[in-house]
Amino acid sequence: MNSKTLVIVEHDNQVLSSDTLKAISAASVLNQPVNVLVIGCNCQPVVDSVTKIEAVSAVLVADSEIYEQQLAENSALLVQNVSEGYTHLFAASTTFGKNLMPRVAALLDVGQLSDVIKIESEDIVIRPIYAGNALAKVKSLDSVKVITVRSSAFENAPVNNASNAEIQVVDINIGNDSSQLIERQKTQSVRPDLPAARVVISGGRGVGSKENFALIEQLADKLGGAIGASRAAVDAGFVSNDLQVGQTGKIVAPDLYIAVGISGAIQHLAGMKDSKVIVAINSDSDAPIFEIADYGLVGDLFEILPELTASL
Amino acid sequence: MKVLVAIKRVIDPYSKVRVKTDGTGVETANVKMTINPFCEIAVEEAIRLKESGLAEEVIVVSMGESSCQEQLRSALALGADRAIHIETDTECQPLSVAKLLKAIVEKEQPRLVLLGKQSIDSDNNQVAQMLAAITGLPQATFASEIHIEGNKIEVEREIDGGLERLRLSLPAVISVDLRLNEPRYASLPNIMKAKSKPMEQLTPEQLGVELSSSQVTLEVMPPKARQAGQIVTSVAELVDKLRNEAKVIE
Repeated sequence: MNSKTLVIVEHDNQVLSSDTLKAISAASVLNQPVNVLVIGCNCQPVVDSVTKIEAVSAVLVADSEIYEQQLAENSALLVQNVSEGYTHLFAASTTFGKNLMPRVAALLDVGQLSDVIKIESEDIVIRPIYAGNALAKVKSLDSVKVITVRSSAFENAPVNNASNAEIQVVDINIGNDSSQLIERQKTQSVRPDLPAARVVISGGRGVGSKENFALIEQLADKLGGAIGASRAAVDAGFVSNDLQVGQTGKIVAPDLYIAVGISGAIQHLAGMKDSKVIVAINSDSDAPIFEIADYGLVGDLFEILPELTASL
Repeated sequence: MKVLVAIKRVIDPYSKVRVKTDGTGVETANVKMTINPFCEIAVEEAIRLKESGLAEEVIVVSMGESSCQEQLRSALALGADRAIHIETDTECQPLSVAKLLKAIVEKEQPRLVLLGKQSIDSDNNQVAQMLAAITGLPQATFASEIHIEGNKIEVEREIDGGLERLRLSLPAVISVDLRLNEPRYASLPNIMKAKSKPMEQLTPEQLGVELSSSQVTLEVMPPKARQAGQIVTSVAELVDKLRNEAKVIE
């Protein structure tokens, strides 16, 4: 059987998610034809974008009102329907991919390889376990490999201006009467997306209050970076939960990660220890974060942050 | 309404994990074990549903070696009514867990199945979605708030970049996120009471489920260690290092 890959595209009906570029890049490691599936409603702008990705040879489009919200119940059935002939199904390990792909895998009666950081061959991958404290090399014996990939471990797939990908309309309409979307609130931010940012400034419990987070914001704006947070800062209500960096939040690997007032619990390190350069600013010289920081500065963040922002 | 909660026995999240030198896995001998933190949140939510009169019975289920009965007892001490232990020495991969849970769902007919969004050992984040798939039930993953209204359940979900609210028809499968609640501690009287609560023992064979493993772990390796860093003494020194040594700022 010829090997063929299908990547499930993530988007909001208008804009292609950059995580999909990472998933396509991971899929192209296998050197086999890569097709993509766009599920949505009035999603032509997304189709236009994906046809320009070099590695993509065909774009399958299921454009219908019933897919507007991209809920897992009917989306998974649709993927199951179009997946015949594919040996590999990929998606990014975002909340969209994590929600949908295991449902697809189970419908196909196969396992899933989650949050993969390296594709070794067509059936062997490497993935972190135990909050990144171990790496497992796993071989899949399944006929179809369902894989979600960690965005921070892959580069963006190259994009062309010419589009060579063939468009195939998928005329399969599967309804969904068991779940409905009531509302979706996306936080509007002028700063870069956390997983895609080149610089991330994160605050923890030590920042003390929501108001004090302004110090983190000022530094982030100066460096053109994104803002992150530890679980303690989110639980204390300093920032919204979608900024949490760690095992259960976002995984980031920017060029520069500045941890401010963060002790460095295992669960937080899981989300940022692959950053190229880590800076820790903390008043406690025994904080575990200093064990992994390239540069550590022990002191009062309320003095250090304004000085740092001013000197950049 | 009957609520089923699946729980997993895992290494305590605050323990330092050591990779075995022979590359076969991580050291689990003499390591503190506990209920997976996300499963604990699921148990807490089920108990709150019972306390608010929305649930009549809370059943906890776990699969694995006989040692996972400890975690089932802990869940009973927190307020669950009865436990089901599916005994097996075979490692259960997520699809197998989902199939075992499906058999329990068919047997017990719960209106709601609550699971943690992921276990902190294998970090798969798959079982709830797989169970929903093979039972044909609707799913809401990463729940941070749930409200039951008659035959429906409204769920707030944590998604990248924000939140969303879904309305599902019951029965449904929900996986819970950290923000859903703050789990309680078991009191001593409740720990004593839990000893006499029913614990049913079943095997995969009795449930008609064949455990298959479609994934083989070839090797478990420690992650690359980071090189030791340096402590700088002033902001000026830090900026200088970032600019001229690490070259990460202009």
